[in-house]
Amino acid sequence: MTGYRILDPDGNLLDGARPRLGPEGAVEGLRWMLLSRAFDARATAMHRQGRFGTYSPVRGQEASVVGSSMALDPTVDWIAPSYRELPALVRHGMPLERVFAGYLGRGKAARIPDEVRLLPNQVALATQLQHAVGLAWGLALQRKPGVVMAYCGEGASSEGDFHEACNLAGVKRAPVVFVLINNQWAISTPRSVQSAGELYRRAEGYGFPGVQVDGNDLLAVYEVATEAVERARAGEGPTLIECLTHRQSFHNTTDNPRLYLPEGWLEQAEREDPIRRLEAYLAAQGVWDDGVRAAVEAEIAEQIEGALETALAMPAARPEDLFDDVYADPPERLRRQREELLGRAGD
Amino acid sequence: MAPLTMIEAIRDALVHEMERDERVMVLGLDVGRLGGVFRATHGLLERFGPERVVDMPLAEGAIIGSSLGLALSGLVPVPEIQFLGFTHQAFHQIGPQLARYRFRSRGRHHCQVTIRAPFGGGVRTPEFHPDAIEAQFVQTPGIKVVCPATPADARGLLLSAIRDPDPVLFIEPQRLYRRGREEVPEGDATVPFGRLRIARPGSDLTLIAWSAAVELCLRAAERLEEDGISAAVLDLRTLVPLDVAGLVAEVARTGRAVVVHEAPLSAGFGAEIAATLQEECFYSLDAPVARVAAWDSPYPTGPLEAWYLPTLERVVEAARRTAAR
Repeated sequence: MTGYRILDPDGNLLDGARPRLGPEGAVEGLRWMLLSRAFDARATAMHRQGRFGTYSPVRGQEASVVGSSMALDPTVDWIAPSYRELPALVRHGMPLERVFAGYLGRGKAARIPDEVRLLPNQVALATQLQHAVGLAWGLALQRKPGVVMAYCGEGASSEGDFHEACNLAGVKRAPVVFVLINNQWAISTPRSVQSAGELYRRAEGYGFPGVQVDGNDLLAVYEVATEAVERARAGEGPTLIECLTHRQSFHNTTDNPRLYLPEGWLEQAEREDPIRRLEAYLAAQGVWDDGVRAAVEAEIAEQIEGALETALAMPAARPEDLFDDVYADPPERLRRQREELLGRAGD
Repeated sequence: MAPLTMIEAIRDALVHEMERDERVMVLGLDVGRLGGVFRATHGLLERFGPERVVDMPLAEGAIIGSSLGLALSGLVPVPEIQFLGFTHQAFHQIGPQLARYRFRSRGRHHCQVTIRAPFGGGVRTPEFHPDAIEAQFVQTPGIKVVCPATPADARGLLLSAIRDPDPVLFIEPQRLYRRGREEVPEGDATVPFGRLRIARPGSDLTLIAWSAAVELCLRAAERLEEDGISAAVLDLRTLVPLDVAGLVAEVARTGRAVVVHEAPLSAGFGAEIAATLQEECFYSLDAPVARVAAWDSPYPTGPLEAWYLPTLERVVEAARRTAAR
């Protein structure tokens, strides 16, 4: 079971396949995927040094995240992320230095800029799907353009909020695309424990299409996501996309997958690596080689180090950050608590 | 305007706000064609159409979670949860999501959402319909908790709630929906949050309540007057924000206080009131702050309700003991 595919695991075009994403777009996608992997490495190292909060690497899932988000127009469309979609957020306009600022605990410096159509990361699984449906429905009610792409994993698909959100999206024909990234693991819990049925087929019960795609194939993910976004934009309602992929790394920097991954699982996942596959394809197209790769990697390293440097220079979190964004007009009691803490903080 | 019942005052507030601001919409179970199980939204569908008065799938989490998203899109949703006890199925979407969305987004987003929900006992509703769980929402910072006890306050506080940029849980005492009529100020007459109402003046002791328990305290005060005890009755109106200054000023005057609520005793909002009074005006108190509450058992169905809820007798006895100490 692989889902819809354009490239085989070695990067060969399947017979008769005509990718919608041209070589230029595919190189752009590969660049985002490489940026993601480099960020994973930097963030994990920072965590190991005790300088960074907990981090959940994207490693292995890059084609699913990048391919789906490349179907969006950041000037009108929104993303409702979970917490493992870094390259999608950055492609959508979230400045990399602000992402770093978040993991460095820099407080308000990590705020999503007002013009970026992105909801905050969400770790209460599947709750953001409800917000995404409301946002999409609200845009449609106001005749505003825009599609909402909402991410979750196969673990989150067991939550009640997943069902409620899909159900309402179908009833309201909301312009929303649910991207379910099935990486086979919810921390240590395997896919088989989550559900006895096929996840993408649930869409039928909600009255909209569900598609299963090879989540390690950037070209295939981009194509099904683009079709889903087009449907949503045309007022034809939601789509559920299940991306079959692998979590090649750990759940987050506190996890130890060696305790539960079966023998050989990781090696198999690495054989289907989305970056290796896309590089092979683009090399065959004559637009990618070791030289280009080295140049792109150098550029990415510079971008990441520059963003980290900028983030490190950002103002630290302040005690008043605890109070300032709780209410527009804080109750007297909260004002007094703020004064109490600030008096103490000045000691 | 002619005198209104509380349910009429609530409906009038909704109509007023929907006419004033086209972003305002109502959504919930049976709010459209039926006009709500208590008819709070009666006639709104005909007047404002199905895009602004929305019958929702039966899922409280989706009603609140999608309201959050609707607010992010620029609308002003006023979701109705059919009974406050049913908010448990949306509890995560209310406390950890709606209430803290401003905080989580570091001020980028806010959620102008007013959740309306009837609650309270004494009308023999089925299980979960009367549960007084308001204190649970006081523990989720970012949301305001508003609990009117009169038709005039219901209208004025609901206008304030809908116009508030932050989420509000607006809880309505079902026992008082049609209990009486009173003159209700018209137009944009809002009632501000965080300012308690002196429902009855008195000089010997102070009864403190909100929502339907205010009505109980007023009856208790009349009974106490027959004994020669002058009891003031305070209606808190809003639990968040809490009018600490008003509470302290009024209780310091009498030196004696009894808190009355329909929620179970332990960790009910009465505990917060008692703690606040001893912190803020301990040396003005002539007696310990007393509490009259429901028992620490689940809300019962049927005739057991009469033993479960605070009764007139229990309030009067607590007041007499407090006055005598």
